[in-house]
Formats: sequence, C-alpha cells, structure tokens
Amino acid sequence: MIRDITIGQYYPSESVIHRLDARVKFIGTIAYIISLFLFDTFWGFLPAFVWLTVIIVLSGVPVRYIAKGLKAMLFLMIFLILFNIFLTPGEVLAEWWIFKITDNGLINAAFMVLRLMLLVVGSGMMTYTTTPSQLTAGMESLFKPLGIFKVPVHEVAMMMSIALRFIPILLEEADKIMKAQQARGADFESGNILKRAKALIPVLVPLFVSAFRRAGELAEAMEARCYHGGKGRTKLHPLKFAKRDYVSLILLIGFVVGMGFMP
Amino acid sequence: MACIFLSMGLLLNCVYVNMERSGKRRLFKGDKALVRFENVTFEYIRRDEEGNVDGITTALDDLSLHIRKGEFIAILGSNGSGKSTLARHINALLSPTKGKVLVAGYDTCNVDDQFKIRQSAGMVFQNPDNQIIAETVEEDVAFGPENMGIPVEEMTKRVDDSLKRVGLYKKRLESPNRLSGGQKQKVAIAGILAMKPECIIFDEPTAMLDPVGRRMIIETAHELNKKDGITIVLITHNMEETVGADRIVVIEKGKIVMEGTPRQVFSKGEELKSLGMELPVITELAQRIGLEGCVLTREEFVKAFERAQD
Repeated sequence: MIRDITIGQYYPSESVIHRLDARVKFIGTIAYIISLFLFDTFWGFLPAFVWLTVIIVLSGVPVRYIAKGLKAMLFLMIFLILFNIFLTPGEVLAEWWIFKITDNGLINAAFMVLRLMLLVVGSGMMTYTTTPSQLTAGMESLFKPLGIFKVPVHEVAMMMSIALRFIPILLEEADKIMKAQQARGADFESGNILKRAKALIPVLVPLFVSAFRRAGELAEAMEARCYHGGKGRTKLHPLKFAKRDYVSLILLIGFVVGMGFMP
Repeated sequence: MACIFLSMGLLLNCVYVNMERSGKRRLFKGDKALVRFENVTFEYIRRDEEGNVDGITTALDDLSLHIRKGEFIAILGSNGSGKSTLARHINALLSPTKGKVLVAGYDTCNVDDQFKIRQSAGMVFQNPDNQIIAETVEEDVAFGPENMGIPVEEMTKRVDDSLKRVGLYKKRLESPNRLSGGQKQKVAIAGILAMKPECIIFDEPTAMLDPVGRRMIIETAHELNKKDGITIVLITHNMEETVGADRIVVIEKGKIVMEGTPRQVFSKGEELKSLGMELPVITELAQRIGLEGCVLTREEFVKAFERAQD
C-alpha cells in the first residue's frame, strides 16, 4: 500500500528541470504555493496553471505518474467537496432533509479542489525532479543563515537524509515482524479500524526497539568515520549555480512580479 | 651579556615547548607497533534506575598487546570475551578505565587526537545496514572524507579509487539498499579506504553474511593487507577466517589466553575446546583421521593425506 504513494518519489530523467539547482526549485515551489493562496478568483489560478504546465512539459514526467500521486489525495478531496457543498451558506439550489446545496457551496467546492490539486501537483513536481539528497543539501544551504539564531540547520538536514535512507529498511523490518506474528496466528486484516490499530501495537513495539538499536549503532559508525557535526565539512557534490539556474531564477522573479500586477 | 643569556634561555624554552607539543605523537623510528595496549583494563558499570552501581563487568583485564605495522592479526574469542570491546578501543570509541592505548603514537584518551586516530584506524562493523549513512554508494564512501574536510577534486579521486579497489565502481550511483550483504560490507570498506587509513579493524564483519559474502570480505581483507600494506585487525569467532592470519590472539574474560601463528594455536586443539571454540573443520578432520602435523589448508590436507598413504 505504501508503495502506491507517488508523492515525493523521484522520477529519474535528464531533463532541464532535473538538472536545475535544488535551491532554485525550492524557492520556485515556495513562490508557487504562496501564489495559490493570494487569489480568491478562478482567474488567479491561470498564471500558476500555465507555469505548472510548462514545468511538467519540460520535466518529461509522464502525466499518468503525476495522476497516480493525486489519487492518494482522493479521500481528502471528497471530504473537502462534501464539506464545502453542504456547509456554505448562500442561495439554496436543492434541499433534502437537513442537507442544503447552495450556489456558493458549489463554487467554493470547485475552487478548493482546484487549489488543492494545483498545490499537490506543484509541490510534487519538485520531489519528482529532485533526488532527496539534493533536496536536503539545497535546504541546508538555503537555511544556513538561520544558524545565527542557533538553529541546528546541518543537523536537521543530516537527520532528514538519514531518515530517508532508513525508510525502506524499516518498512522491510515492519514487514518481517508482521509476517513473523502472522505465522504465530496474529490477525491484522479483520475487524474494525480500532481493532486493527490495536493489532498493530505488537508490531510497533519491536519495530521501535530495533530502530533505537539501529540508531545507536549508526551513531557509533558515524563517529568512527570522524563525524563531528557540520563544522569544517566538505561535500562530494557541492551545489553550484549554472547558467540555467540564473536564467530560471530571473524567470521566477518575472513570474512573481507579474503576479503583483494581476487584478 | 645578561640580555643574551636571557634571550637564549627564552629561545631554548620555546624549542623545548615545541618539542613537548610534537612529542604528543610518541612514534619514533624503529617502533614498529602501530597499536599498543599497555595494561588496559576496561569496566562496564551497570547502574540501576537511581544511578547506583549495580554491578561491574570487567571486559578487558590488564591486557597488553602490540600490533605491528603491516600485520594481519586475528582476535578470537567466544561471545562476551571482550573482543569487541578491544576493537572499540583501537578506534577511540571507548577509552580505557586503567592503562593506555596508543594508536599510531596517539593516546586514545586525548580528545584532540581522536580525529587523527579514527582517520588512521578505520572500523568495519558487523551489521552492514547500520553503518551505511548515505543514499547512494558514492556518497556513502565520501562520508569519511567529507568529515575530514577533503577538497572536492581530491575527494572525487579518492572515492573513485577506493570503489575501484573493492570492485564496486559500476554501482557507485546505486542505492545501497539494492546491494547484497557482502557488497554492502565492501562499500563500508571502501568508505574507510577513502580516508587512507594505516589500519582497518574488522569487528565480526561476516557474522551476518552468507558464505559467498564471507569469502569475499576475507579475501578483500587479505588483499588490502598484502598489496597496500594496511594493518588488519580481524575480530571473529569463525576459525576458518583466521587461517591466513599472521598471528592469532585468543581472548577469554578480557585476558589473552593464547597467542601465536595459526599453526601454533590450532595445534593446541584441546585447549581451544576448553575455551568453547572449535578447530577449523579441515584441521579437525585431519586430526580425527590421524594425519600427522597441524593441517590448515586444503592443499596441506591433500599432501598430508598422500604422505599417510605412502
């Protein structure tokens, strides 16, 4: 089930977007997300939509792959539609028992779903085209100024990349523990949600124990290889701004300024 | 006149102070020991919930051991004999309760020197998964040099060289999760090679591997020892792996109980068995069928067998 979620799954390719500096993509995504929340008319989404289409075409990520990522959000979207349709006051179009459908409700629902879709696809585009290690490196370099306020930027970035490395290992381990318990008659598949959640406790406890043990061993191995925090550290692949990064940064600024002139 | 004396005195003082500083590294010419354990005792102190001492386990007990440069030394011992504790002392992960450990002339108790010690004595751990940090093979190998602050060009060269050395250059962009256990251990070895160490400590590197992986790792260790002259400390409880070593040290309850070449150690089969260890299968077989001498390898077995038939 966990394998079906494609948000945040890197899609390997050699496109321009893939080769862009992670920092540019990160800033771009932030600007894009903010732009989505600045407007409350459908026209406001137009520049973001155009921008997104250009990026999708340039990146060469198949639309089907992106749609798969949206599917994971289906439940949330249905929720959003129902709440908006029935709970927004306005001119009543149809009525049944305590449910009222209003014109404002319909508009609001469409608006919210569109915004959510643009949001998910847009932020997904960053993770489809950036490897996790580039992403953490980019964030580390972008947030470096926060170090003045004693924010442990390097440490957080290091934790993120280690967490990403251990996700598949812990998944495999969880699977192993579940199988071992199923072999002894544990039942994870029947009963209501509460019952199923309860059945997971005996899986989580050994999983946590082993995760802590792993963490201890990993810390020892890191120390044995001279790890002493971010001070005086170099990088195998340092982030470097190329020509295309400057060009896209200028385009990005153009986009943001253009948004300012929108009605 | 007094002025000259005074300035000479100051100068001498300076020289003396400088000597004192450089004297931290106690390695002098003619000293062939890379690692020196001088009467080392190490105690694990168990505490109960209130922090009172619950019990003391002596893992190393007044142990002295010199490991020569370029040597392949195997340290044998059953579970809980203190062999892993010994390994962690060489890498300055633990410091002795009593006594002294010197690695390449640096005292492991000295916090400022720990960096240099870990650089010259790398360590391969038991669990291949729990010592790989990065998401691609290449980046993991670079982790040590990154910490040392090696410049990019030099680092790229080191990473490529050490990956070629263990034969994983083609896999450099892959995720470590896709490698076999033996290959993961090789990545760990490459990660240490990239730090240009004088000594590599293998702490039961084959315990979680299949037979193919085991052979691969032990062969790599021997190759590094012979071709690159790297000192190897192999910690294990698998007898077969120690056959090619220059010296075997058997540890029991934190003390050295036997020491010598593999032939010397394995000819005392009874003594080993009383320590809860078994002879290599081929040595055991040769003894059972009554062949003469201490047989260590397949070739020796064949020779001894033919001699017995004549």
